[in-house]
Formats: sequence, C-alpha cells, structure tokens
Amino acid sequence: MPDKVRFIIERQDGPNEKPYNQEFDVEYRPGLNVVAALMEIQKNPVTVDGKKVAPVTWECNCLEKVCGACMMVINGKARQACCALVDEIKQPIHLQPARTFPVIRDLLIDRSVMFESLKKIQGWVELDGSWDVKDAPIQNPYTAQVAYEISHCMTCGCCLEACPNVGPQSDFIGPAPTVQAYLFNLHPLGKFDAPKRLNALMEKGGITSCGNSQNCVEVCPKSIKLTTYLAQLNRDVNKQALRNIFNF
Amino acid sequence: MAKDMSKKKIAIVGGGISGLLATIKVCELGGEVDLFSYCPVKRSHSLCAQGGINACMDTKGEHDSIYEHFDDTVYGGDFLADQIAVKGMVEAAPKLIKMFDRMGVPFTRTSEGVLDLRNFGGQKHKRTCFAGSTTGQQILYALDEQVRRWEVKGSVNKYEFWEFIKIIKNKEGICRGLIAQNMNTMEIRAFTADTVILATGGPGQVFGRCTASTICNGSAVSAVYQQGAEIANPEFIQIHPTAIPGSDKNRLMSEACRGEGGRVWVYKDGKPWYFLEEMYPAYGNLVPRDVASRAIFKVCVHMGLGINGENRVYLDLSHIDSGYLERKLGGILEMYSEFVGQDPRKVPMEIFPSVHYSMGGIWVDRLHNTNIPGLMASGECDYQYHGANRLGANSLLSAAYSGTISGPEAMKWAKTGNKGSDLTAEEIEAARREVQNEYDKILTMNGSENAHKLHHEMGDLMYKYVAIERDNNGLDTCLVELKKILKRWDDIGITDHSPVANQEAMFVRQLRNMILYAMAITKGARMRDESRGAHAKIVLENGKRKTDENGDLVFMGRDDEKFMRVTIVNYDQKTEEPIISYRDFDHSLIKPRLRSYK
Repeated sequence: MPDKVRFIIERQDGPNEKPYNQEFDVEYRPGLNVVAALMEIQKNPVTVDGKKVAPVTWECNCLEKVCGACMMVINGKARQACCALVDEIKQPIHLQPARTFPVIRDLLIDRSVMFESLKKIQGWVELDGSWDVKDAPIQNPYTAQVAYEISHCMTCGCCLEACPNVGPQSDFIGPAPTVQAYLFNLHPLGKFDAPKRLNALMEKGGITSCGNSQNCVEVCPKSIKLTTYLAQLNRDVNKQALRNIFNF
Repeated sequence: MAKDMSKKKIAIVGGGISGLLATIKVCELGGEVDLFSYCPVKRSHSLCAQGGINACMDTKGEHDSIYEHFDDTVYGGDFLADQIAVKGMVEAAPKLIKMFDRMGVPFTRTSEGVLDLRNFGGQKHKRTCFAGSTTGQQILYALDEQVRRWEVKGSVNKYEFWEFIKIIKNKEGICRGLIAQNMNTMEIRAFTADTVILATGGPGQVFGRCTASTICNGSAVSAVYQQGAEIANPEFIQIHPTAIPGSDKNRLMSEACRGEGGRVWVYKDGKPWYFLEEMYPAYGNLVPRDVASRAIFKVCVHMGLGINGENRVYLDLSHIDSGYLERKLGGILEMYSEFVGQDPRKVPMEIFPSVHYSMGGIWVDRLHNTNIPGLMASGECDYQYHGANRLGANSLLSAAYSGTISGPEAMKWAKTGNKGSDLTAEEIEAARREVQNEYDKILTMNGSENAHKLHHEMGDLMYKYVAIERDNNGLDTCLVELKKILKRWDDIGITDHSPVANQEAMFVRQLRNMILYAMAITKGARMRDESRGAHAKIVLENGKRKTDENGDLVFMGRDDEKFMRVTIVNYDQKTEEPIISYRDFDHSLIKPRLRSYK
C-alpha cells in the first residue's frame, strides 16, 4: 500500500473563472474516503509542489450517503464522495465538479434547478392541511414498497450529470424529478392529481426529452430503477394524452 | 403587485423536521416565512434518523397505551423532563403519524396494509413506526414537499445556503430580526421579522467525530446564548451505543438493529458473551442508550474484552433471516457494507458508542418561547421533552411535535405579542455593520493555528473528559484546556481570502461559537454532582477515582433533593464563561422512582 494518495483536483476560483488543476497528497489510512481526504486537505492546504493554497471548496453534510450533498465527478463518474473509498478507486484520483450544473467554486455547484423542476411536476400530495382529518387510507404493502424505493431519491444530481439529454442542448428536466411524478401518482391521495402531473410531463422539458440512453440507472447511488419508472410514466403520459383528446 | 404588508413575517432558521413543520403551520395560519438554512432543506440532518418514530398506535394486539409511552419517556429520561410537556407530545403522536401517512411518508406496512410497528430501546411494547431504516429521510422529504407547495403559493421565501449569524434586538431587548450571510456570495444582510424561530439542531460537532452531519455545530445556539438566551441541561449528551467508528465521522447503526433482534456480544473465555442480556435480563439488548453505552464502555475499556483488544464489540444480526432483514433494515445494512466492506447479513458488525444527540439546548417554556421575547426554539436545539436521556425514536417525534407548537405560537406572538418599538433603519444597519466588521476581521487573521486542527483537538478533549464517564478532576482540567483553546482561536491564520464561498472564514466564526458551547456543556457537567441518565459521574476519593471491592468504578447516585432541577446556563459577557443556576420544573404527574432496567 502506498502511504500517500495523490488527488488531482479541478479547481475554479469563482463562477466565471477559468478552471485549473492542482495536485495534493493525502496520507493513506484504511477506510479513507474522498470527503475524509478533502478534510485532510483543509487541515493542511499545500499542493505537491509545496505551494500553500486556499483549501478546496465542496459541499457535504451527512457522510452516510443519504443527504446527496457531496456529489461530484470522481475519476470521470458522477457519484457521492463520502462513500468513494480510496481503496476501491484508481489512483491518482481525479475530482471535478459536475458541470451539468453551474459551478460556484471548485467542486461546489448550484443544483437549484432540480428543486425548481420538482415544482413543475407538482411533487407533493395536495393535503387539506396538517390538522387531524380522519384515518389515513390503508395502502397496498407492495405498492408502498415501490414508493419507498423511489422515495430514496436524494436529488443529488448524478443521473442528470450522466444523462446525455440534460444540458444546454435540451430542456429535459432530467430523470430524478421526472420519476418523482410517478411516486406521487402511486399514493392513494396523491393519485387524485395524477392528470396534472402527467400533463406537466407533456410540456417542454418533459418525458419526451428522455432519449432512453439508460445512463441514469447505471449511476443512481440509491439503485432506483429509473428507466423502469420512466417507461411506465411514458405509457401513463400517452394514455393521458388520449384522454385529453377524447375527453374521458 | 404590492406586497401584503399586513401579513405576519416569521423567520425560521433551520429546515429540518421541526423547522419545516413550523413553516407549514405558520403558512396555514396565513403568515409568511423566511426560511434560512445552511443547505437545501431537503439535505438537513433530520434525514439521518433511521429507526423510526414512537407513537402509541396499538395495532399489534399488545394493549399499548399512551400512558405507557408517557411513563417510558419520563422514566427513560430519569425524571428530568417536564411532565406536562411530555404528556402533550405523546398524546399528539398518533395524530402526527396519520398526518405523515397522508402526506405520503412510505411507512413500512403489514400484509394487511396498516402501519407496521417495531420494538425499540426502553420500551416493552412495539410502538415504533418506521419506513425501513430511513424513517427520518422519508419524513423530512414529505415535509420538504409540503413546504415546496407553500413556496409555489408565495408564502415561503427560502434562503438556502445562508448562515444565521445572530438575532437583532430592539431597544427593549425584544427579538425583531436576524442577520444572515450568503455562503456563496458572502453578502451579509439583515432581515426583520415579527418572530424568529431557531430550529437549528444539535451541537454534535463540538465533539468532533460523532453521528451528526458536518452542519450540526451548535453555532446558532451559541450565538443566541452569547446574546442572552439561556441554555438548559447542556451536560446531557446522548452517547449512542452502536455506531461504526470512523476517522471522518462515526456512522450510526440504528437501534432498530437491536429492536429487530440484534444481539450485542464479545468473546470472553473463548465463548460469545451476551453481556447486555446477562447484565439486564428484563430488557436485554433493548436497554436504553445510556445504559448500553456504559456497559459497552466498561467491557472494552475496563475489562479489556473489546474485539482484538480494540474499542469494538459485535452487533450481531447474522442469525436473522436475510429477507426479513432486507425489508426492515435494508438501507443501513447497505451502508455498513459500503463503508466497512463486510456483509452484516453474514458476519457480525463491529461497533462502539459515539456522541449522538443533545437532550439539552436552549431553554424554552412549554410553548417554545425562549427567555428572549420574540425568539423561539424548536427541535433538537431546544431542551424540552427528553430529560436526562432520550429514548430511541422519540427524537423524530419531538422534532415534529415541537414544530406544531412553535409555529402557531410564533404567529400568536406576531399578532398579539408586545413587540415594543420597530427597528429603525439605523439600528438595522448598525447590527449588520457589526457582523460585517467581525467577518472582515476574520479575513485578516494571520496567526499560526489552523482552525480545523484546533477543532479536532477540542473534539478529542471533549471525548476524553465529558463523554460516557465523567469525574470532577477531568471536568476541571477540561475547562482549563477549553479556555486555552479559546485563547488559541485568536491566533488562527486564514489561508483563504476569497470573496466567493469562503468556507474557511465561516468555519472560523463557527468554531468560536462551538468552543463557548463546549464550555457550557463542561461547566454544566462539573456542577451537577450526581449521576442521572446520560450524565454519569464517578466518585473521587483522595483525588482518585473510587472503585469497589470488585474493582468496578463507583458512580455517584441520583440526588433528587439537590438536582431534580433544570441546569440553567447564562453567558457572562465579561469573562465569556458560563454561569450555572438551577430551576424547578413540573414533575407532578409521575412520582419519581429509581431507574433500573435489570
């Protein structure tokens, strides 16, 4: 085992600045992950050339792969940095920001577009209110299990970064927000508004922009069967389109 | 369109479960919310809660009752929780679960389609509703969705990636707004509000490595403490018995592992020793967290029986059917495999206790008002509901319940409270300018200390002296050392001078707040000469730790006469030190009795 791990980090000083690379060595220890390595760089921000620099900027919260914050491109692949164990990836380790999203600084990106998309698909149940009304409806446990799977989506953006149809050339809102529509359409109260969500997905940037490249399902850190639900949604949207025409 | 000026404006800091539920309540009552968060609220630390949320649903034929939930919570908290407040919470619990169910929280269900329940520590009935092993994530998401709905309707303005710095008070000392900083552009701005609610979570980062997220630093609580808000019971820090030790963080292994039949053991004389089952036959592996943590600590540190002599014990699920495990605990088993590289369905996990939760926090009354008018606190950052020790799966409950109280109360204050004079433009700018000057000064710090290294040192200190086993010698030493760290803070050198997303400068500011919070925790522990819940203090004899005839440490007993009172900490503006006093609270419903799980 080498006692040092080399990181090649693509840095950028601000939103409109030019990117450049810097290299850092971090002392190896068993179980070391990319976030832990970035924390070590914070304690001693010196490049391999001995140059004292500003510490690398990135976003992280939970370090348990549930919050979705630390998504970045590691050795060319979009993934969460906290569970990227140094032992399991090729060295030197290349870190880049996910450039599908605007870069704020270094590895820090602005993913607000995904939260805006969740508004478009009306990703919520239209509750009367948070007060007590009645018993909640019984739910089919098998359907609930599917909902549970989709509800793990952390809005991390891996699938948008990997999708060839998300970017300046297209309006596609991306796999993650699209599939959330399917989640709410499964819920016994949420399904009342299914036509609204399906109609929203017929608009610009909706499901017709999906090119079925299948990249999303490969990179989803939560193993959500994105392509399966995209296909199901596509059928539901088509049915809804017919309903709209024939008014039934 | 002109803004409706008659609308009441509530500023809510923190977008975890408590902050989001308070937001929804305010919106339903016609108010407008400015919601501040370190991160997109969907990434708040509430999502790390795994095992479940307690509510007496009584759907397992066990004749569970709300009274038993009440009693278990008060008893589990070693009789230091306000009983009227706890009663309100446990009574509301089943209604909250139904609300979450309607919102779309994908709770795990039985074959009949009703909510499944599981066992949890310190409770003899199945009372814990859960969504696999990611209950907090699922509840947070449902609330995030509802708040997004209100955002679309124009009632919520989100300020994500804004850091709360301090409150603004008017001449009469009433809270009328706050100062926050944009974490990307570094802009510092003042916001006025009719009421401010802090829902900023726990101070785990004061201990460095813990189960909390990196954003749980207690900085906001410390900031208002320095502005006159009282902190209550800070010495009660929960150590979770089962976490995966790590150098960057200790990752939680849910109590649900034990709830679903997991057994804790080590080798003794070449054979597995199920020490919790032997020490506590009545509850076995389901003893509350403080009890389990102390037992594990004893077995490893004092008996030297940890795995390979290290501070680790086994948490074993390998005897349970893997299909069942997948359904009930899937998420966290995957996490263990991912971070440790071993499959917990096949081999026992290796775990050790870790700092996890703060029972203490900002002092609030039963309606979540702090001692500063116009300032409220809600969720883990307040001290209510858990006394000296929190039962597993009561934290999601208290987070949610407190939000349903603080939201409406904030609106009531906004409408009818005696808010005193409005802030003038000059006062607002003066408050903003002060924070700006402090920040500009940090950017010029050119000493020799690295803030992150100093933080690490403080964490080690807190673990050494203020964790599972405490004694007055150690606590005295810790206070001296913390003062040195506070002094060394002045000698920090900044390497980052960027005007964009300067995380280092923000961390330096947070670190100072963390050090002052650490002093409050330590002083609270020093002054409380008893053992109660998570606070276990060893008797000193001739300046040394006392042991009994078996060589076991002798702990102080619970002293109801002196210490069945809430610790109140005030900040001394001159010395920067904590001042400790005690306050009575309501324990009129359940008569205190000795707490034992044997």
